[in-house]
Amino acid sequence: MTARLTLPPTTPGARLLGFGSVQPENVVTNDDVAATIDTNDQWIRERVGIRSRRIVADGASLVDMASDAGARAVKDSGLAPSEIDTVIFASCTMPTPIPNGAAQTAERLGIPAPAAFDLNAACAGFCYGLGGAAGLIRGGSSRNVLVIGAEKLSDWLDWTDRSTAIIFADGAGAAVVGTAPDEESVGVGPVAWGSAGELAHMIIVKPENNALHQEGQAVFRWATTKVAPVALRAIELAGLTPADIDVFVPHQANLRIIEAVAKRLRAKGAREDMRVADDIVESGNTSSASIPLALDHMRADGRLRSGDTVLLVGFGAGLSYAGQVVVCP
Amino acid sequence: MADKPEILSGLAEIVEEVAGIEKAEVSAEKSFVDDLDIDSLSMVEIAVQAEDKFGVKIPDDQLAELKTVGDAVDYIAKNR
Repeated sequence: MTARLTLPPTTPGARLLGFGSVQPENVVTNDDVAATIDTNDQWIRERVGIRSRRIVADGASLVDMASDAGARAVKDSGLAPSEIDTVIFASCTMPTPIPNGAAQTAERLGIPAPAAFDLNAACAGFCYGLGGAAGLIRGGSSRNVLVIGAEKLSDWLDWTDRSTAIIFADGAGAAVVGTAPDEESVGVGPVAWGSAGELAHMIIVKPENNALHQEGQAVFRWATTKVAPVALRAIELAGLTPADIDVFVPHQANLRIIEAVAKRLRAKGAREDMRVADDIVESGNTSSASIPLALDHMRADGRLRSGDTVLLVGFGAGLSYAGQVVVCP
Repeated sequence: MADKPEILSGLAEIVEEVAGIEKAEVSAEKSFVDDLDIDSLSMVEIAVQAEDKFGVKIPDDQLAELKTVGDAVDYIAKNR
């Protein structure tokens, strides 16, 4: 006889309970980078919009940063670590594939025996993690999920390659996603996600030097044309229109991509006063960490407030992309 | 089908919007890089908008060959 299996009851959905982030103290300016590479401040600002970035200089590990960011998010959520039952660790820069980062980070935070796994969707990792977390919660598998985006890209750079060394940086951000008690309080919309494996070659780590390499112009073209439709799809899935978006936080890849995508959204009805994250200017491109870092920094400077309707969209190596609408806790 | 002056005019509008260069400056003999000071990323933005506007495909390897405004007008006229 085929057994009939029992599933947990579903829930109304997920909502954000808190978030937090951490960056290395060490600030690397464009002039610092130009001291060793043939580039200059003006060139970098014009091409990617970065003025400075943070690079680990004190030996902090990826898990160190993830743990600090995770602790801040848990504190911000008001939950005790013991109330977290799942940890999703989005990263593409773990120093070794085994062991994973999620279980170690959970242990550091005092989260007892959670489901813990790593997720590699590169710069889309945080939104993938958030989408996964919301699905686990909706389906009744998890109650409170810690989603971390953490990267130490400085370990994977060729510091003589001006097409990458000027762009990438280190940092970590995290969010706690909990169960919404009723439909009115659902605060994480459906995820619009996908991939384009046929373009995998556009962003790779080269085996000969273990350094990140990207086809900058091709990536730029892909991002400026393909990201806005994903963002619009996320808005549509949430049952909203572009005019409902208060704050737009795309992955911080390049200020010109951000501006191009925001322009496309405004052409589709997004408001002129929609606040657009520009955290890349002072933080560089931190891959999966860039969205939670931007959220945390925008909240600190007053551009993101409780109750705001926020559009997130991540995109990058894979190629991978994911976006959703969230409500700021 | 639009003729070349019409393509030039439409392309000049795109260049003005993307790079902030006055439409009147965008003439056929001008080099995008040397005369108009347009960088490679702006060229991609111009190409993407031209693709939408003229219904033409301008892949990156082709884009690199379009040195002058006139080159781009000829390419669009031939491939649309």
